[in-house]
Amino acid sequence: MGQFLQQLINGIQIGSIYALIALGYTMVYGIVRLINFAHADIFMFGAYMGFFLAPVMAKVFGGAFIPTIIAAMLITGLLGFVMEKLAYRPLRYKSRLSALITALGVSIFLENFCAMPFVFGPTFRAFPDLIVAKNIPIPGNLGLSVSNVLLLDIGVSVILMVLLFWFVNKTLIGKQMRAVAFDKPTASLMGINIDVVISTAFIVGPALAGAGGILYGTTYGMLASPFLGIWPGLKAFIAAVLGGIGNIPGAVLGAYIMGISEAFATSVNSNLGYGIAFAILIGILLIRPSGLLGKFMPEKV
Amino acid sequence: MRRLFAIILVCALIAGVGVGCKAKTGVVNLGGIFCMTGGSATFGTSSKNGATMAVEEFNTAGGAMVGGVKTTINYINEDDAGSPEVGASAAQKLINQDKVIGIIGAVMSKVSLAVAPIAQAAGVPEISPTSTNATVTLVGDYIFRACFIDPFQGTVMANYVYNTLKLKTAAVLYDNGNDYNKGLAEFFKAGFEKNGGKVVAYEAFTDEDKTVDYKAQLTKIKATNPEFLYLPNYYGSAALILKQAREMGLNVPAGGGDGWDSPDLVKIGGAAVEGGVFSNHFSKDDKSPKVQDFVAKYTTKYGEAPDALAALAYDAAGLFLDAFKTAGSIKGSDIRDAMKKTTFVGISGAYKFDENRDPIKSAVIIKIVNGQQTYVATVNP
Repeated sequence: MGQFLQQLINGIQIGSIYALIALGYTMVYGIVRLINFAHADIFMFGAYMGFFLAPVMAKVFGGAFIPTIIAAMLITGLLGFVMEKLAYRPLRYKSRLSALITALGVSIFLENFCAMPFVFGPTFRAFPDLIVAKNIPIPGNLGLSVSNVLLLDIGVSVILMVLLFWFVNKTLIGKQMRAVAFDKPTASLMGINIDVVISTAFIVGPALAGAGGILYGTTYGMLASPFLGIWPGLKAFIAAVLGGIGNIPGAVLGAYIMGISEAFATSVNSNLGYGIAFAILIGILLIRPSGLLGKFMPEKV
Repeated sequence: MRRLFAIILVCALIAGVGVGCKAKTGVVNLGGIFCMTGGSATFGTSSKNGATMAVEEFNTAGGAMVGGVKTTINYINEDDAGSPEVGASAAQKLINQDKVIGIIGAVMSKVSLAVAPIAQAAGVPEISPTSTNATVTLVGDYIFRACFIDPFQGTVMANYVYNTLKLKTAAVLYDNGNDYNKGLAEFFKAGFEKNGGKVVAYEAFTDEDKTVDYKAQLTKIKATNPEFLYLPNYYGSAALILKQAREMGLNVPAGGGDGWDSPDLVKIGGAAVEGGVFSNHFSKDDKSPKVQDFVAKYTTKYGEAPDALAALAYDAAGLFLDAFKTAGSIKGSDIRDAMKKTTFVGISGAYKFDENRDPIKSAVIIKIVNGQQTYVATVNP
């Protein structure tokens, strides 16, 4: 029982980081129907920004975590904005396949550009300790424990998700985003500026991924290489699909299911760990092909 | 095979003619394949440094006499990025394009296992400085190594933990996608249980380049209350696992193999790796004059003290060049025969190959004390 709950806690922690990445995939897809494969690399970029900015922030502000995460979110938001302007906007009314291939190209470019020795370099970086990890036993006889890093991961992602829901549901631009996601031509006829809405999606999604990058760095204490985004990015993408791509609560739900099933599957048999997790996902998609919360939308011709 | 032989012969002739026309000196190529990028890049850099230094010393000392011509070595380094596929194409390039007389490399067992069949088929001797997996040299009689093998390393650690540290239960967490990690884990388990100890948890993960979260496995391990945690993985994941273990309140002593030998272990792991013990090929704190002389020369040249990777690559290249000199030939089979009979004395000990072309030599135990590698003991085979 104790182990079961502990694995659940582990899964929620990983799920929180996946959720922050998955939100960006799902928001961009909801609005422009594009799977932004470079999103995983924006996550990586955010993590590296934390690596470079944390010492500076610690000097300027005294405490490093909050200024670093805000700065990283601003920078990755800007990166997303520029990426859309340069790479995706010229292709907006071209075939969707061109945009998809461009997304792959941007992803490969970011990875390899950042891996050059004078950019981020291809080798390990030890991430600065934004907070010092401490183990906090939970009272009771189940032998459960959490760490302050775990609480921080969950706390920060929940705060950001609440902010996002408020942004999407209560602000004017949020309402416009939902309108564009629902029906782009009609929304534009109603006087909504599509460019602004798309740019907003490409700022907010990457900013969340940037925050995810900082949490990743803080949690694991190292950045293996500029290719580190690929694997978490892939899992977050699958989480977004699982929850119903384009659906914001769906991405969060998918990410937690992904994290928790991964933790449980690994604890059952660590040799098969991810295999079992992915089998569960395939099972869910067989029953609900458009994802848990996704609506089935036939292609309009 | 005959065509290949003919090609080699023609190449040798061309090389011979070229040498004959020019003057009294010749140059031949020697290849190196190391992981210069990726998660274990410090291994590749140290190895390249060690091999380069051995080649430079060989050339300065006058090279070898091949058929009456003074011949020096041109060293060509290739990157395998820690991947068997990239390593295999680097081997093809070195053999077919650069016509190397031998290959030093690779670092990782999984890469050496991809390079070895290519070198064997082409009849080019390959000596891996650090691939400890037992199957590497079994590929063929042109494949050598300059380090002891996994069975020995896993067994040494099992004996050390059971007999010297007097710990009776252990947990193992290893990468099941890598021959090196798997080999060490298996032989540690076998050795530890043979002594009477108990391996209470034997957990795996897949691919340390992709995995960063080990909490699920560690939660399971923690529930079994082990007295020792054996992590036969490379420094990056070993440090990460220990960090997460300490964060979860799993505070038992830990250890590993020569994959721990990197300054980045402490940089990533910090206080979490303090007190960790691992088996290794060489310690820079060894007081023998030969080691101290090498440490001084290396430090002057590269601005940092050599690790075991540098020492073994230096020994591997040194051993190969020594055999090349003895053979006085650029023919693969001649160099191979000379290597088999070697009595080369390197930095990491005296070399003598057994029938599988694995050297018989000693291991050292190193402990992390105050973030520094500290020499604990030398263990003989």
